[in-house]
Amino acid sequence: MNLLIDAWLWIIAPEQWTGNYALPTLLLQQIGFTFAAVGIATVIAVPAGWAIGHTGKGREIAVAISGAARAIPSFGLLILLVLVLGVTRRPEAALVTFVLLAIPSLLAGAYTGLQAIDRATIDAARAVGMTRWQVLWRVEVPLGLPLLVGGLRTATLQVVATVTIAAYVNLGGLGWPIIQGIPLGRFDQVLAGAVLVAALALVLDGLLALAQRAAVPRGLRAAPRSAPQADREPTFDKPRQTPDALATRSSS
Amino acid sequence: MTWILDNLDLILQLSVEHLRQCIIAIVLGFVLSIPLGYLAWRFGLLRGWVITITGMLYTIPSLALLILLPTVFGYSALSDGNLIVALTLYAIAILVRSVVDGLDSVDTGVRGAATAMGFSGTRRFFGVEFPLAGPVILAGLRVASVSTISLATVGILVGVTNLGYLFTNGLQRRIIPEVLAGIIAVVILALLIDLLLVLAGRMLMPWTRRSRGSRTVAPAASLGAGA
Repeated sequence: MNLLIDAWLWIIAPEQWTGNYALPTLLLQQIGFTFAAVGIATVIAVPAGWAIGHTGKGREIAVAISGAARAIPSFGLLILLVLVLGVTRRPEAALVTFVLLAIPSLLAGAYTGLQAIDRATIDAARAVGMTRWQVLWRVEVPLGLPLLVGGLRTATLQVVATVTIAAYVNLGGLGWPIIQGIPLGRFDQVLAGAVLVAALALVLDGLLALAQRAAVPRGLRAAPRSAPQADREPTFDKPRQTPDALATRSSS
Repeated sequence: MTWILDNLDLILQLSVEHLRQCIIAIVLGFVLSIPLGYLAWRFGLLRGWVITITGMLYTIPSLALLILLPTVFGYSALSDGNLIVALTLYAIAILVRSVVDGLDSVDTGVRGAATAMGFSGTRRFFGVEFPLAGPVILAGLRVASVSTISLATVGILVGVTNLGYLFTNGLQRRIIPEVLAGIIAVVILALLIDLLLVLAGRMLMPWTRRSRGSRTVAPAASLGAGA
């Protein structure tokens, strides 16, 4: 536990607040990489996910690509891209790595959001004379939004945690005190970096959890959450309502 | 290419080591998740806690966890036990949710029928509920194993040798084929284990074979730890 105090002392030491590797700079780098990567991934993955969810075509391919992408180690991909693109293009290499990391979760969030919608709702929208685009924008997208934000949340968490390794190719970020500290045996700064990244991740997760709650359309909030789940929710909160009565009965 | 051919022994040796670390973590995570998931599913109060704690576990970057765990519990960060513990925790974070979701997916009528036929709680769990929850749990297990195998490479940064060695060594020596070989080896191991899990699932759960197109067997949407 003394080490935690050492870590705290390292964080508040004046040297950590000035120079090229000042903590605010590292924090901004971490956040900058995260937002840039998730932003680019959103632009790519969300329209694709909506297209899959709306037409119902290409889901198998999307699942296969997402599965294969998950098997690729980000750490290895980052190093490979740095070597292939050249040392001067390290930021681009890192960005590509993190974008690829974020795409599967966002894609899944976008198409599961649309697929989880009750077909009767969409038929009803058609029946009242909505065009395809109106069905997409005014029915499917709003109803799928909570799951999409769930995917955004997963993607953001994965990326913010992984940006830590950018320090290994000298790109700064909060991984810098960790990566630089390990070979030196400076566990106070290693721990400080670890705590700061975890704290940042928790803050982002909390904010996105709120966003996820806010994303539920007003008309759905009062309704019982009995909609069937088309696929596993890419989110961590919102457990489906526990069938308490059922559990009690079946345990007798 | 010549680098890969010249160093096949090294790649193979690292792959075996990598696989050993990952399999221990996946098996441990699976075995521990079943009682945890059951308790969370069975008792409403625990459920919220378990979901929150496993969700929070996910927010901790693996590199941070690899340093935090040994610090808090007082063991060496450099041992491969450290990596295995961290990987096991991430596997549990994915699998507990799958076990809970899987048990949720069991038809109430089937559960009631088993009770009516006189199945005791334990027998009903292992004979009826657990097998029926199988497809959902298997989907979680597939995600957990793939992300474990890919995540394990970060271990090299705290000094645990596995396929991640090819990345750091490849960067230092600027050998592109070495890094590429590492990535390919990781992907092959991940796909291999995934295939074995799918085959094991088909053997152990023959009733899922025909309804393969239905929803539960597809790999879960999107869980996976950041590196």
